[in-house]
Amino acid sequence: MQKLLDAYEFVKFIKNGDTVLVGGFGMSGTPLTLIDGLAASSLTGLTVVSNNLGEPGKGLGILLEGKKLKKAVGSYFTTNRDAVKAWADGELEIELVPQGTLAEAVRCGGAGIGGFYTKTAAGTKLADGKEEREIDGERYLFEKAIKADVSLIKAHKADRLGNLVYDHTGRNFNPVMATAGKVVIAEVDEIVGTGELAPAHIVTPHVYVDYVVLSRYVKKAGVFVERE
Amino acid sequence: MNENRRITIAKRIVQELESGQTVNLGVGIPTLIPDYLDDKQLVLQSENGLLGMGPTPPPGQVNMDLISASKDPITMETGASLFDSSASFAMIRGGHIDVAVLGALQVDRTGEIANWAVPGATILGVGGAMDLVAGANKIIVATLHSSKHGEPKLVEELTYPTSGIRKADLVVTEHAVFRFEEGSMYLVEQLSDLPLDELQEITGAPFQVGLREPDKQEEAAE
Repeated sequence: MQKLLDAYEFVKFIKNGDTVLVGGFGMSGTPLTLIDGLAASSLTGLTVVSNNLGEPGKGLGILLEGKKLKKAVGSYFTTNRDAVKAWADGELEIELVPQGTLAEAVRCGGAGIGGFYTKTAAGTKLADGKEEREIDGERYLFEKAIKADVSLIKAHKADRLGNLVYDHTGRNFNPVMATAGKVVIAEVDEIVGTGELAPAHIVTPHVYVDYVVLSRYVKKAGVFVERE
Repeated sequence: MNENRRITIAKRIVQELESGQTVNLGVGIPTLIPDYLDDKQLVLQSENGLLGMGPTPPPGQVNMDLISASKDPITMETGASLFDSSASFAMIRGGHIDVAVLGALQVDRTGEIANWAVPGATILGVGGAMDLVAGANKIIVATLHSSKHGEPKLVEELTYPTSGIRKADLVVTEHAVFRFEEGSMYLVEQLSDLPLDELQEITGAPFQVGLREPDKQEEAAE
């Protein structure tokens, strides 16, 4: 399979200071192997765009511990007290974006759309510095699309072309992030033969996926453990 | 004691919901609602990409990739569907959710909601709160009448950062149900034996009394 990479080989596609989209909602649908790869690398100054920053010492939390991050863009960082502390200590910039705005901005980024107007957050602190426009009598904010150098996503299965299907709510931000990175790397639980995924069930067509990495983790009794 | 007050609120909100409605439940008191639905069948939407959320699975059947917005393990009802985050928030913002039941830090006399940040504290989480406020067809706020420091949560003017310009339709506390119409707040029902003058005392916003007749409650709830 041309697209298959060894666990940490993908790091060569990332440079210091790059912007990286990382899929996941909490720990679900989070590319844990790829995050391990970033943590083990010498990369620094990364901007990560992800809904959360994991938990202390878990998921994207390990990048914070390893001082890999310059900035985090997302909707909810409160679940990681290390992120709160790093921000308070001036070690991490944070840009807070409403969750729906984050998802739509990434969708636009991957769809050739420069930005969009949304009612969400109009009249709030998160509207500071943003263009506002009245449309049909209602207040809307302009939000710019989000694109990235690299997308690190997590899917359930890939076929040998890189078509992807997801596991339940592990889908979350992954399909839109698959469209918005210059280089897209998908971590998967399983690789199957081309033709084994029903065309009608494929969520992310292979055209978006540059490389596939087999996950080092499996789900067991409610936690993610390393594959034996 | 506190739990009983939270349950009072959840049970009263159930009366406002109708079978078949698509409902998004926020964190906190709203998450108690599924336990008090009796024979009502709601379609629960979870912002992380599920329509048709079911109850907590038995231990041993937990899938870490089937979780709620609170990141707890859940199940799916028959007829459920799964989608990505952008589709989920299109559903929320686009007016396809009948009712959002939200917690709140403060609600002002016009129904404007503050439910994401405390002034002076580190503000590092908003999640889907502002999207729900902007987009749900009806907003019901579920909150205790006073904060844990004894401050009124219904206030004349917000001192906490607003969640959006869109107003709540209804607030339910352990003491009362308030409705907001055209910038004013109306008491529509008392839920505790607290006398009206004491209710006014612990409520930080002025309200008009529009109590319903007990036998008209069903009609008026429509």
